[in-house]
Amino acid sequence: MQKDSVLEMRGIYKSFYSVKALQDVDFTLREGEIHALMGENGAGKSTLIKVLTGVYEKDAGEVFLKGAEGAVHIKSPEDAQNAGISTVYQEITLCPNLTVAENMYIGRTKGFVTNWRQMNAGARKMLESLGIPARAEQQLGTCSIAVQQMVAIARAVDMECKVLILDEPTSSLDESEVAKLFRLMLDLKSRGVGIIFVTHFLDQVYEVCDRITVLRDGKLVGEYAIENLPRVELVSKMLGKELNDLSDIKSGDEEAHIGSEVIYEAEGLSSSAARHPFDFSIHKGEVNGFTGLLGSGRSECVRAIFGADKVTGGKVRVNGKDVRISKPRDAMKHRIGYLPEDRKRDGIVGDLSVRDNIILALQVLDGFFHPISRAKAEKAADEYIKLLEIKTASSDTPIKSLSGGNQQKVILARWLLTDPQYLILDEPTRGIDIGTKIEIQKLVLQLAEKGKSVTFISSEIDEMLRTCSRLVVMRDGKTVGELRGADLTQNKIMSTIAGGGK
Amino acid sequence: MMKKVALNRRTGRLSQMTDTNLLLTITIVVFFAMYLAAMLFIGRGFLRVQTFLNILNENAALIILSCGMSLVMITGGIDISVGKLTALVCMSAAVNLDYNGGSILTSILIALGIGLAFGIVQGYLVAYLDIQPFIVTLGGMFFAKGMTTIVNATQFNVQNEAFVALKNTRIYLPVGSVNRLGKFVPAYVEIGVVVAIVTVIVLFILLRWTKLGRSLYAVGGNSQSANMLGINVRRTKFIAHLLCGLLAGIGGYVYFLHVGSGAPSHASGAEMNAIASSIIGGTMLTGGVGNIIGTFFGVLSLSTIKNIVALLGLDDAWWTNITVAAMICIFLVVQSAVLLRKKDRN
Amino acid sequence: MTAETLKKTGSAGWMGLFRNQIFIPIAALLVLVIFNLIADPSFFQISYSLNSNGDPVLSGYLITILDNASELAILAIGMTLVTAASGGQDISVGATIAIAGSVVLRVLCGDNPRPDEMQASILTAFLVCCVVSMLFGAFNGALVAFLNIQPMIATLILYTAGRSIAAWINNNRLPIISDPSFGYFGTFLPGVPIPTPIFIALICMVIIALTLKFTTLGLYTQAVGINPNSAKLNGINPQMIKFITYVIMGLCVAVAGFIKVTRFSTINYSVVALDIEMDAILAVALGGNALSGGRFSMASSILGAYVIQFLTTTLFKFNVSSSALPAYKAVVVIALVVLSAPAVRAKMGKLWRSLQASKLKKEAA
Repeated sequence: MQKDSVLEMRGIYKSFYSVKALQDVDFTLREGEIHALMGENGAGKSTLIKVLTGVYEKDAGEVFLKGAEGAVHIKSPEDAQNAGISTVYQEITLCPNLTVAENMYIGRTKGFVTNWRQMNAGARKMLESLGIPARAEQQLGTCSIAVQQMVAIARAVDMECKVLILDEPTSSLDESEVAKLFRLMLDLKSRGVGIIFVTHFLDQVYEVCDRITVLRDGKLVGEYAIENLPRVELVSKMLGKELNDLSDIKSGDEEAHIGSEVIYEAEGLSSSAARHPFDFSIHKGEVNGFTGLLGSGRSECVRAIFGADKVTGGKVRVNGKDVRISKPRDAMKHRIGYLPEDRKRDGIVGDLSVRDNIILALQVLDGFFHPISRAKAEKAADEYIKLLEIKTASSDTPIKSLSGGNQQKVILARWLLTDPQYLILDEPTRGIDIGTKIEIQKLVLQLAEKGKSVTFISSEIDEMLRTCSRLVVMRDGKTVGELRGADLTQNKIMSTIAGGGK
Repeated sequence: MMKKVALNRRTGRLSQMTDTNLLLTITIVVFFAMYLAAMLFIGRGFLRVQTFLNILNENAALIILSCGMSLVMITGGIDISVGKLTALVCMSAAVNLDYNGGSILTSILIALGIGLAFGIVQGYLVAYLDIQPFIVTLGGMFFAKGMTTIVNATQFNVQNEAFVALKNTRIYLPVGSVNRLGKFVPAYVEIGVVVAIVTVIVLFILLRWTKLGRSLYAVGGNSQSANMLGINVRRTKFIAHLLCGLLAGIGGYVYFLHVGSGAPSHASGAEMNAIASSIIGGTMLTGGVGNIIGTFFGVLSLSTIKNIVALLGLDDAWWTNITVAAMICIFLVVQSAVLLRKKDRN
Repeated sequence: MTAETLKKTGSAGWMGLFRNQIFIPIAALLVLVIFNLIADPSFFQISYSLNSNGDPVLSGYLITILDNASELAILAIGMTLVTAASGGQDISVGATIAIAGSVVLRVLCGDNPRPDEMQASILTAFLVCCVVSMLFGAFNGALVAFLNIQPMIATLILYTAGRSIAAWINNNRLPIISDPSFGYFGTFLPGVPIPTPIFIALICMVIIALTLKFTTLGLYTQAVGINPNSAKLNGINPQMIKFITYVIMGLCVAVAGFIKVTRFSTINYSVVALDIEMDAILAVALGGNALSGGRFSMASSILGAYVIQFLTTTLFKFNVSSSALPAYKAVVVIALVVLSAPAVRAKMGKLWRSLQASKLKKEAA
């Protein structure tokens, strides 16, 4: 073990059934450094972390920790905590039925008895110092997702740890919260804690990290000091190929194929989630976007269009005819498709096969008494697996065993199969590797060329700029501006989101 | 503006309450309202202290069984073996006392041993082999049911003198009522009630102030998260089932002490009564929400309503069951409505 | 469903069968068959004998198994759907069978508990019984689907009250039907040597097979059971699907209840179909279906029902008294469930692999 390292992993192997998730991976974390762990989806980052924290048992390899003689054996998250490794996982892993304070302290206090007063006081202090808007006695389930994520972070950093692992902690945080997190990380770093940081946001990597380890297909690509690895090289290392210029995607004439007829038009639409009535319309062949900070109501708006929440008012016209869309099935009948924001919760049907997942929406449209024959379903599934290059063993494989990006493609296939005239894509590229991201963006533009209307929502503004010809900007549940043409620049969007607007 | 703030604060307090406390409050309020109504409109027996204490005497065993059930339900599991287990404990203890020349001590040890054995086996299967608790305890229930008749197939009353003396022991309280002759009759409870109340207090402390107690809630809330938070989920589930089994042993003996006989038909349906009491007491089968005090009041509510039905003269056998079912129904609907509304507000 | 599974197993060969869900009940059945073959091959004898009406009928343990498992197999159909869609079980089926039976007798007897002739046609009685049972199913379904109450708890209500309601329907009297034509459905049709309940169960199986083939019920229930959010966003109404499965369960209960009363031409409210809900749930579990809902195999569940009856009959044959029966059954069932538990399977697989690895090493040395 090297002198200044706090953690060394050597020759780690891990496979799930026949899939080799990690092969001979080495990883070194030094004292007082922030170390980015990068790779596409399915590269093995999360698996490596879960091996380290004892969620998975490794097949082979050794782990060394500073202060411990020889290789350490971490068999459960409990062991990891005792060894000084604290973790914030990608998905929030707290208990919604316990209070905020309990979530911060449970599983890491010594002794048999719970001292509520001491615990609540400690939690209050921590919440205050991090500026988290929650009370210590509050039930965690009643907090917003962002607050829950901050609580998880607070818990992790409060532990006396040598190694802090942050597995995509920023995906549900807004900018000010991310800034808070970064200050915290730098503070811990100065105290000698080694931090492993996993994220999809390249900006964040270059803002705080000292060193980068890149994984690809379960194998180690290399370890680099941040100053020796410019962005373009990082991306090409992650993808394993030179990246064609991203800006090539947009041809510049996307407005050319926008037809004159209005496909969908809503007036004063509101739902139980989107409380402020809003107007919206989209033309044939148009790609528009909703933008705004997290919680600005952009997802709620498109859910209202699709009838996913209880619609409380408003007039809707599809193809110029007055219609009523009060539930998803109504929207589907008018050939509207919706790819939900939370793939795992709202999108996939985990235990069902890829084939069943693909035909699901079409099947519902066909009706209860007209099941799609197996032959037809197989044909459709195979066609889209090929078309979208979905990586799956067969169409019989349960969708849950696919990687995130491939799951997303299956959901896309589901809606493409219904041949929609208007497709709503809510964060289709979140948590997906860069290669697939670009494929999806290209697909959106192709759809528009074919005369389909698309609403595209993304947290990454440059992605929206690349695909959309019109952006609806939202703040606090209200539409605050609509940008098109020359106004579609980073700066203009930012300033509209931030304040003023019209 | 002022009005709006005040309103927010009031609804705020309701939504700030944890689910556990909210359901507990509902249960306690309903019990007292019901008992008060019975005192006002039915009068008679309900005005006497002894009536209330008799509810305790009759249901001491059920209180203990329900406590065990609540523990398991808080972890998100269920144990449907406790009723038949009670019958097995009664029969084994009875046979030990009268046929095998056992003493009170040996019969108690047998009761605890049986309960512990069931708890360990069922806990192991549920926690370490990941078999669904319903199926495991269904097996346990069948096994206990069959074993009871294998131990002894017919009902008999225990004659052992020491035991009969213990069974008839009454603990007199300084309260009581004046009978028709003007004589003061002190109220009493049986030994089982003391055991039950000690159990409730111990378990309340366990759940509220110990690490293990909070782990039970965490495991029930989200077992995956609990694991990631460094809680040993398997061990926690195992302990919950173990405790439930042990409590079934204790409860079984208390039942035995109350009836003084062994019979295969003893405590039939007790598992469902225990589940019903837990639910009325605000424990949710989905796990993570519940309270032992609530369970205690759940048992009281359930048996009070039975008493009220009996006193109203609706003696036909079916009325009790139908009323109990209706009561569970109402409680369920109220609970789900409250929780749903609360969720909506957030 | 069966055809599909067979096709699948055929193409994937033996390994496919091993991994297939239906392997579990088949293996259990094989174990029981082999056990009986060794212990006493006469178990499998089927003979011709005269029944009480003087008609020649088939008799033997196998016939008894097929006959007595009919109600269980029918209930397993409903239980599988309920489990798949709502992730919970209906524990009220025993009690609602009592209601169903009581309704049949009430319609046939009217106010007189010992009528000389039936007051209505058997078909009318059966239809009324179906409607009533479906209403009770709808009650359970409404609690589960629309009020979001856990199935076991929601059905606890009718579990508690069902037998009392059944007694109340007939004013707590025990009607007896003397007309022999009523008994045909529970025993033998004149001139047919095979018990009628076997045919009724077969008809139910055919109906459910056709339903699964010609509607999307299977896909919908599985989608709802696995991920209701996702199902909703794809235009399925999860509440309605859950509700429907409980109504179907009600229909299954009606048929099972009808068979039960026709077997004896009378009813005992507190004993009829006692604990049958437990057997029905066991059948679903034995079929390898997750009790937490989601994917299901109807064929496996139904086979599971017959395995349970096979076990019961085997135990009876070995002179296990009916009251001690549950203990033996429990041991066998737990053993089966433990052996089929994924955790145990994984461990055994590991053991097997390491055994083979050491064997290879030895050979190399």
